[in-house]
Amino acid sequence: MADEIEQGEAGQAPVIEPGHTFATITDQISSIVLTRPTSNGWYLGFGIAFVIVMIFLYAVGYLFLKGVGIWGVTIPIAWGFAIINFVWWIGIGHAGTLISAILLLLRQSWRNSINRFAEAMTLFAVACAGMFPLFHLGRPWLFYWLFPYPNTMKYWPQFRSPLVWDVFAVSTYFTVSLIFWFIGLVPDLATLRDRSDNKAAKIIYGILALGWRGSARHWHRYETAYLLLAGLATPLVLSVHTVVSFDFAIAIVPGWHTTIFPPYFVAGAIYSGFAMVLMLAIPIRKIYGLEDFITERHLENSAKVMLATGLIVAYGYGMEAFMGWYGGNKYDLFLMWNRLHGPYHFWYYSLLACNIFIPQLLWIRKMRTHPVYLFLISTVVLTGMWLERFIIVVVSLHRDFLTSSWGMYYPTRWDWAIFIGTLGFFVACMFLFLRILPMISIFEMRTLLPEAEVKAE
Amino acid sequence: MKHTRNYGLLAEFDTPTHLVEAAMATRDAGYKKIDAYSPFPVEGLAEAIGFHHDLVPLITLIGGILGGTGGYLMQWWIAAVSYPTNVGGRPYNSWPAFIVITFEMTILFAALFSVLGMLALNGLPMPYHPVFNVPRFAFATKDRFFLIVFASDAKYDAVQTRQFLEGLGPRSISEVPD
Repeated sequence: MADEIEQGEAGQAPVIEPGHTFATITDQISSIVLTRPTSNGWYLGFGIAFVIVMIFLYAVGYLFLKGVGIWGVTIPIAWGFAIINFVWWIGIGHAGTLISAILLLLRQSWRNSINRFAEAMTLFAVACAGMFPLFHLGRPWLFYWLFPYPNTMKYWPQFRSPLVWDVFAVSTYFTVSLIFWFIGLVPDLATLRDRSDNKAAKIIYGILALGWRGSARHWHRYETAYLLLAGLATPLVLSVHTVVSFDFAIAIVPGWHTTIFPPYFVAGAIYSGFAMVLMLAIPIRKIYGLEDFITERHLENSAKVMLATGLIVAYGYGMEAFMGWYGGNKYDLFLMWNRLHGPYHFWYYSLLACNIFIPQLLWIRKMRTHPVYLFLISTVVLTGMWLERFIIVVVSLHRDFLTSSWGMYYPTRWDWAIFIGTLGFFVACMFLFLRILPMISIFEMRTLLPEAEVKAE
Repeated sequence: MKHTRNYGLLAEFDTPTHLVEAAMATRDAGYKKIDAYSPFPVEGLAEAIGFHHDLVPLITLIGGILGGTGGYLMQWWIAAVSYPTNVGGRPYNSWPAFIVITFEMTILFAALFSVLGMLALNGLPMPYHPVFNVPRFAFATKDRFFLIVFASDAKYDAVQTRQFLEGLGPRSISEVPD
């Protein structure tokens, strides 16, 4: 593996800049957490995010007090922002698992420098996602009714409902992502324990490191378990967005009742997830001076994944339109007409621009490697993917079979406050993560060095 | 002349290749109770210290089977026995609808068994271990590679074992107090 990295393919940037040793990798990554002073920029960024979290808590408190009536959801559009944001956030999480599990199985060693923070991104994104269906319950404090537990009401969940499948899929996904992330952190926590001068930090990292000492027996079992987890997380991540798409596809609403939803949802999830990875990686590598570890190659590879999944999403849109026409169902035909000419047509065209047309710029090499352009394109893709969920939820529901039950959807300030609030929560969690945990997997970076390879005598 | 208060002798090396060679030589010299410590997984090191049986895959498989079976039986018992709901005359044991949760439970239990099994077999969490008493051992999580011969080994002798380890060309040798 090391040879591939040293040479790379012709004209490709290396995964790790030359001249590093085990010690320099360890020092450079752990110093961000242990020795470098917390910058003013960190305080400013975290402060802004924290203020948004406070607004979020205020909005959620008001929601608990008043109920979902403060949102714009009405009949016929009963799902609104809550489900749009749920699908959007959980999709973003998918890229983290893809990078940490699928690319590990495919032996893509370039992933080693971005998997840790991508996994953290997954956890925080799934946490944001999970909140929305709970808020949408109306009585969120009774969320535990979703789980099958013996109760005095003599009631059990309905296992034939995709909404119950969702509960299991999302909670399994969160749990597995969490243990995958934590197990990956253990050897690095041991490094921080051994490198920290601060007594309190030593104790806290020491407890979290579980007494890891790098024994060969331990590493062997550790690697087996890590690989097995990757193998388990791979079908899991594909299943999660499939199950999310079942929430729609199993209903008979025009625009939802289609078999293309599972693959097209999964592709869309990875598309938006890589956009978020890039939006995080580009500023982080600049601010923390990690260009040696997160190189142009990482940016370019992520951009290529975005381009490929974006084309799958484009195929999904094309197929939806084609089947609307070819299926000959008048409600499906009307749905397409309504997307193109109905009251939300502006947003449908914006969606096409954001998700299909603008990302075609990624065919140009300069766009894939230039941090600023790539950052802007990622913003566009994330916006586009949010619009996609808006179109799916709102445009399908607002005009279905009976004209008597048509309506319009207008999000209120509370919808926006909670949506933007989760963005603040996500960013605040990322700031804390960058400050207290190693954002790049130190031990996996060490294995990338040529001297990590055992040479035969 | 055995030190009864000793836990073992710890030799420090600079490269993973050197450590694997040293571990092999120590095994060949007849030492059985040895271990090696490295800052990242080193290929072939577990074999070099004589570790072959890894039970983690079996534990994961058991977890997956338990989770899958348990997940399906739970749904069947709830939907067909305890709380049957007639949906348009369809069978109570409507198995296609139960596949998703069966799958999720398989993954969940396999993953939990895998990680908890790995930790249990490794004896973690273990906050105290005698090797931590050696100050240089802090480098085991940075850029140094260690080999230990435990004092409990039948062939262990404080003087001869030290001489043997010195012959392997380590950077340093430390006694590990118990």
